[in-house]
Amino acid sequence: MAESAQHLSTDHLTAMYGKFTAVKDVSLSFPANTVNALIGPSGCGKSTYLRTLNRMHELSEGGWITGRVSLDGEDIYGAKVSPMQLRRRIGMVFQKPTPFPTMSIYDNVAAGLRINARLPKGELDGVVERSLRQAALWEEVKDRLRGSALALSGGQQQRLCIARTIAPKPEVVLLDEPTASLDPGGTQRIEELVFQLKRDFTIVIVTHNMQQAARVSDTTTFFYLGQMIETGPTRQIFTAPKQEQTEAYITGRFG
Amino acid sequence: MNRRIFRRWVSNFMVGLMLVAVIVAVAPLLFILLNLIVKGASSLSLDFFTRMPVPAGETGGGVAHAIVGTLIIVGLASCFGLPIGIGAGIFCAEYPGTRLAKATRFIADVMNGTPSIVVGVFAWTLIVARQKHFSALAGACALAMLMIPMVMRTTEELIKLVPHSLREAALALGYPRWRTSLSIILRTALPGIVTGSLLAVARTAGETAPLLFTALGSQFMSFHINEPMAALPLTVFTYATGPYEEWHRYAWATALVLILVVTVLSIAARLATRQRLSGRG
Repeated sequence: MAESAQHLSTDHLTAMYGKFTAVKDVSLSFPANTVNALIGPSGCGKSTYLRTLNRMHELSEGGWITGRVSLDGEDIYGAKVSPMQLRRRIGMVFQKPTPFPTMSIYDNVAAGLRINARLPKGELDGVVERSLRQAALWEEVKDRLRGSALALSGGQQQRLCIARTIAPKPEVVLLDEPTASLDPGGTQRIEELVFQLKRDFTIVIVTHNMQQAARVSDTTTFFYLGQMIETGPTRQIFTAPKQEQTEAYITGRFG
Repeated sequence: MNRRIFRRWVSNFMVGLMLVAVIVAVAPLLFILLNLIVKGASSLSLDFFTRMPVPAGETGGGVAHAIVGTLIIVGLASCFGLPIGIGAGIFCAEYPGTRLAKATRFIADVMNGTPSIVVGVFAWTLIVARQKHFSALAGACALAMLMIPMVMRTTEELIKLVPHSLREAALALGYPRWRTSLSIILRTALPGIVTGSLLAVARTAGETAPLLFTALGSQFMSFHINEPMAALPLTVFTYATGPYEEWHRYAWATALVLILVVTVLSIAARLATRQRLSGRG
């Protein structure tokens, strides 16, 4: 079985808040065009780990890291890397939908595209439509692109945030519990969407929901108390985990 | 059954208490407004808004000079006070832990509690005493000094109300820090900041004490900001403390005009912001 290119990887990554270690010495790699789930009980460090991947962690109070995070072989914490430029290559979607309340649906999707250059109107229209289609939202909002983003349901808002994240064509999309605040219908649509998105992006998704990890991901990594306990193909993690803690967690004995 | 009746009684009693509180809170305001209308409206006429005062003893005349004066002084004060206040508020909200922000916040709280006459005396020493003459500019500075801490604290509180998740969403999209602050955070908080600024402008428009030693007041129409200038609160003060019956009636009418000006300002600015915001849809 030929492994695809190791797109995004961490090497002995340790994430700290001041003197507190949230993530200890994690080495992982995420191949291109795969969905990679990070699971584990609350406070296990999986969200912190995710936030080191696009340098959001360093914006938290006292956040700093040791070790290395590479995107296409380049150290993203290198001195020449601008965090702003980096975050346009590694997008992120959060637990709660965060549409910009003062902007229309259209402007929300276009927000990331307007940072750098002013695209011609026609081109911008095209990217907005493409992104909304990719996020499976186009049919629902095409007649009210100028309407407020706050008028959408929670699930629609989350898909709008996904459209906004993928509009600038990042290489990697990080999803931090994207369905935690949604109802089952909204959750299902996001899961289907994640499956579609891996054709164009490398995806890392943090989830509390183990069925979700099993349904959508190619690889699964189990975190516990800030350490990476086990990683492997999702099927193997869920059917034949090698570590006792992993088995205890996925069978629901703790966490 | 008895419990239910008892609960309903308790509920009615509590609602009654709240109604009493509302009435106690609103009654004095209504009483003041009613009193102003009863005593002032009879002296109001088109002349009162458009004409200049006449010498004591004669009837007729108006307070056009004071309306213009108030608009100029409060307008100038807003030009100085609002940008500084809003800017300082943004700074304190964006860098809340810094020593400078803590000191600024503390000073603003102290200044918010400072009697306005103290600010007037301060502006007098700083500007009037040095220039050796009273001026509208000095009055505007005094009013701006009152405005700044109010606007600053409201701006800071309103920016803090914007959820942290919005800031993170913008940063994760690759927004630079300054653009996150301006086009996401500030824009989300803007309607509240506008309302807060309006309240501050309206409040300072009614201030008398800081103008007594600065703008001084005048009987003439003036557009020179480096000279003494009339203002509505000063005119109320002059007329109310004057010896003539006619002046006392004018004092009521002028007070009514002051309230009208403040109300019109608030409504106009509120309409303007509402239209702009819904226009963005």
